[in-house]
Amino acid sequence: MTRVLPWLAGAALIGLPFVYNSPYPLHILVIILIWSFAYTSWSVMGRFGLTSLGHGGFMGVGAYVTALAWNKAGLSPWLGIPLALVCAAALAVVVAYPCFRFKITGHYFALVTLALSGIVLQVITATRDHTGGSLGYTPERYQGGSSLWALQFGSKTTWYLIALGVWGLGLWIWYRVDRSMLRYALEAIAEDEDAAAAAGVHVTAEKLKITVLSAVMTALAGSLYCQYQLFISPDTVSGISVSLQMVFAAVVGGIYVAFGPTVGAVITIVLAEVLRISFGTRAVGYDNLVYGILLVIFIVFLPKGILGSLLDLRRVRRPAAPAAVPGT
Amino acid sequence: MGIFDIYLLEALINGVLLGGVLALLSLGLNLIFGVIDVVWICYAELIMLGMYSMYFLYSVYHLPLVAAAVVCIIGVAVLGVLLHVLVIAPLLGAAPINQLLATGGVLFFLQSAATVMFGVEFKNLGMRLPVLKLSGMFISYSRLLAFAFALVGMVLVYLFLTRTYTGTAIRAISQDRQIMVLMGVDSRRIYLITSALGGGLAGLAACLLVLQYDIHPFVGLSFGPITFLICVLGSLGNFGGGFVAAFVFAEIISLGGLYSDLEWGYVLAFAFFIVMMFIRPQGLMTRRS
Amino acid sequence: MLELARVRAGYGTFQALFDVSLEVRAGEAVGVIGPNGAGKTTLMRVASGMIRPTAGTIVMEGVDLVTTPPHRIVALGMAHVPESRRLFAGMTVEENLRMGGFMPAARPKFRQRLDFVYELFPRLRERRHQRAGSMSGGEQQMCAIGRALMSEPRLLLLDEPSAGLAPVIVEMVFDLVKRIRATGVTVLIVEQNVQQVLRVVDRAYLLKAGSIRASGPAAELLASDSIREAYLGV
Repeated sequence: MTRVLPWLAGAALIGLPFVYNSPYPLHILVIILIWSFAYTSWSVMGRFGLTSLGHGGFMGVGAYVTALAWNKAGLSPWLGIPLALVCAAALAVVVAYPCFRFKITGHYFALVTLALSGIVLQVITATRDHTGGSLGYTPERYQGGSSLWALQFGSKTTWYLIALGVWGLGLWIWYRVDRSMLRYALEAIAEDEDAAAAAGVHVTAEKLKITVLSAVMTALAGSLYCQYQLFISPDTVSGISVSLQMVFAAVVGGIYVAFGPTVGAVITIVLAEVLRISFGTRAVGYDNLVYGILLVIFIVFLPKGILGSLLDLRRVRRPAAPAAVPGT
Repeated sequence: MGIFDIYLLEALINGVLLGGVLALLSLGLNLIFGVIDVVWICYAELIMLGMYSMYFLYSVYHLPLVAAAVVCIIGVAVLGVLLHVLVIAPLLGAAPINQLLATGGVLFFLQSAATVMFGVEFKNLGMRLPVLKLSGMFISYSRLLAFAFALVGMVLVYLFLTRTYTGTAIRAISQDRQIMVLMGVDSRRIYLITSALGGGLAGLAACLLVLQYDIHPFVGLSFGPITFLICVLGSLGNFGGGFVAAFVFAEIISLGGLYSDLEWGYVLAFAFFIVMMFIRPQGLMTRRS
Repeated sequence: MLELARVRAGYGTFQALFDVSLEVRAGEAVGVIGPNGAGKTTLMRVASGMIRPTAGTIVMEGVDLVTTPPHRIVALGMAHVPESRRLFAGMTVEENLRMGGFMPAARPKFRQRLDFVYELFPRLRERRHQRAGSMSGGEQQMCAIGRALMSEPRLLLLDEPSAGLAPVIVEMVFDLVKRIRATGVTVLIVEQNVQQVLRVVDRAYLLKAGSIRASGPAAELLASDSIREAYLGV
C-alpha cells in the first residue's frame, strides 16, 4: 500500500485542476508550490549545516535577471532563465568559494550570506533607473496573454502544472542528493571538516557543489515567481526578510526531511493568507510578527520542525534495540 | 582638480566620523559574541527600537534630549537582558545555528512589531543641527557629535573592561569559560551584565544615529549587514580588529558614496570584503567556526 | 576537611569515576596518583564543582558541595589549579591574579594577597604586566598557583602540576608546594609523576580506571608493588 500511495497522490495532484477549477485556491496552490520549491532549494544545503541566511539574494537574481532580460533585451525567458541561473551560480561561487577555501563556516558563513542578501537588495535599489528600485518591476505582458515563448500563461491550470512539475523536480533533486556520495561527504564535513579532509574529501569542492546547486534552484524559483506574478519587488523576492522566511519555513517544516520545507511553505503561506483575509491592509507586518515568534518558539522547543518531530515520534514507537546505558 | 580634493577630503572626514559609530556598533556585537558566543542577528533592530524610543521621548513627549538619551540607553539595555533571558539562555546548549536562527526570528518579530505599531512612514527627530563650514568643506554637526559620543562610549567601555573586576571577568570568560567557576564567577550573571552592556551600546548608537537618519522599521537593514561584515573581517570577538575594520569600511562607503549613490558604497564595501578574504585571510581574521 | 564518598562522575554517557571515596584532613598533604586516563582530572573537577557527580557525596567541613552552586565553592575556602594551567593567555599576569581574587570576600585583601603571591614568586612580580600566554611553562605554573592562592584558600587542589615541565622546574614546583603547605594550607595533588609527589605528601591514593586501588602513607605506597602494577600492568 505504501508503495502505491505516492503514485496515487501524484496522480491526484496532477488531476486536481481539472476537477476543481476555482482560480483563487489554484493561485494559492501555485504560490505554495513555488515557495516550497524555493524552501526545498534552501534545505538542500541547509541540512548539511551550511546555513545560508542569504538565499533571498539568489532568488532576487533569478527574478530580476529574467525580467530585465525580457524587458530590455527582448530575451525569451527560455534564454533569460538559464542566464539568470548562470548569474546565480556565478554569485554563489564568488561569495562561497573564498568562504570555504578560507574555512569561514558556521556563524561567519551565516553572517556573510546575510550580508550578501542585503547587498543584492542594495544593488537592486541602487539601479533604480533600470529596475524600478523599491517600487518594483514589471515584466512586459505578452500581447496575446498566453505564450510559450514568453513563458506567460493566462490559465492558472497551466501554471499549476508547471509549478507542480518544478516542485516535483525539487523533491527529485533532494532525493538524488540524499542518495549520493555528495551527501555522505557533506555529512562527514559537517561533523569534522579536518577529519574529512584527512580522509581525502575535497572539502571546498563538495561544499561549493551543493551551494551552487542550491543557489541555482533558488534562482529558478525566483524566475518562476517572476513569470507567474508578473510583478517583482526587492522585498518580496530578495532581502533579509525573504532569506529568513526561507529558513523559518524549512525549520518549522523540518530541515532533514524531503517534504519538510513543503510543510513549512503550506504553513507560512496559509498563515499569511488567513491574516490577510482577517485583517485586510491592517495585516501588514502581522504575518512576520507571528513568524518571528513562531520561529523562536520552534527553535527552542521543536528544533527538528513539525514534520521532523512527527517522524521522530514514529521512529520511537517502533521497537528499537535497547541502548546501552553505562552504570548510573 | 582643486575642487575634487575638497570633496575627497570631505568624504574622508565623513568616513572617519561614520567609522566612529560603526566601531561602536561592532563593539557591541563583538562583546556579545566574545562573551556569550552568540551573534545577535537582531542587533540592528534593537537599535531601530532605540531610535523609535528617542522619537517618542523627544519629539512626541518633549523630554529634553539628554534625558531622552538616558532613558533610551537604559531601555535598550533592558531589552538586551530580555533578549538573553527569553531567547538566548534557553538555547545556550543548542547548535550555534539554532541560536542564530532564534535571533533571526527576533529580527522578524521586531521589524514587524515596529511596522504594526508605528507604520512604515519615515519619521524624524526634526532637529536641525547646524552644518559647519571648514575651509570649503561642509561637515555636519550631528556627525561630529555622533563621532564624539561614540568615542566617549568606547572609552568608557574600555575603562570598564580593564579597571573593574566585572569587566575583567567579562574579558576572561571569553578566553576560558570553563574555569570561571573556580574563581567564584557566576557565568549567568556575567552573561546578563554583558547583555545589558550590549543593549546599552545599541541604545547609545540609536541616540547617535537618530540625529542623522530617518526612522523606519527597516532602518536596521542599512547598517546591520555592514556591521556583520565588519565584525567578520575583524574577526568575531576581536575588539581591536572590529575597531580597525569599522573605519576601513566606513571610508569605503564614504568614498563610494562620493562618486555615486550611497548604495554603491555598500556594494563596494562588500566587494572589498570578498577581495580581502582572498588577499589576507590570515590578516585580521582568525578561523573560528 | 574534604570527604568524597562513593562518588561517580563522567561526561555524558562516559563514566570516569566509579565509587571513589577519599578524604583529606586539615593540615595534610594528600596525593592521588595513577596512570593516564585514570580519572584524576575528573576527580579534581568534581571536587571543585566544575562538573557535577552523578552519585555520591562530597562534603567540605560539613558543607555539602554537591548542592552548593559551583561558583560559591571557592568562597568556602577551596581553590583549584586546573590541569595545563588554564591561564587567561590574553591577559597579563597581574590580571590573572586579579581574577583569582574575584570573589567578594577576597577583594578587600587584594593588595595583601598580591604581595604574598609576589613574595612567593618573585619572577611573577618582574613579569606582572607581561601577557600570561607568552611566559615559559614554569612561569605559567607559578602564575596559575599564584592565581589560586589569591582567594586565600585553606584547601588547595593541584591538578598535575608537573605536566609538561622540565625536571628542574618540577622540583621547584614541588618545593613550592612544601612552602605553601608550611603556611597552613591543606593540599590535595593529583599527579602522574610518582616520585615527586610522594616526596611531598603525607598520604596518597592510587587511582586506576576510575577506582581507588590502594591507599596509605607515602613511604609505604612508594615501596609497594601496587604502583608498578597500576602503571605498567605487570
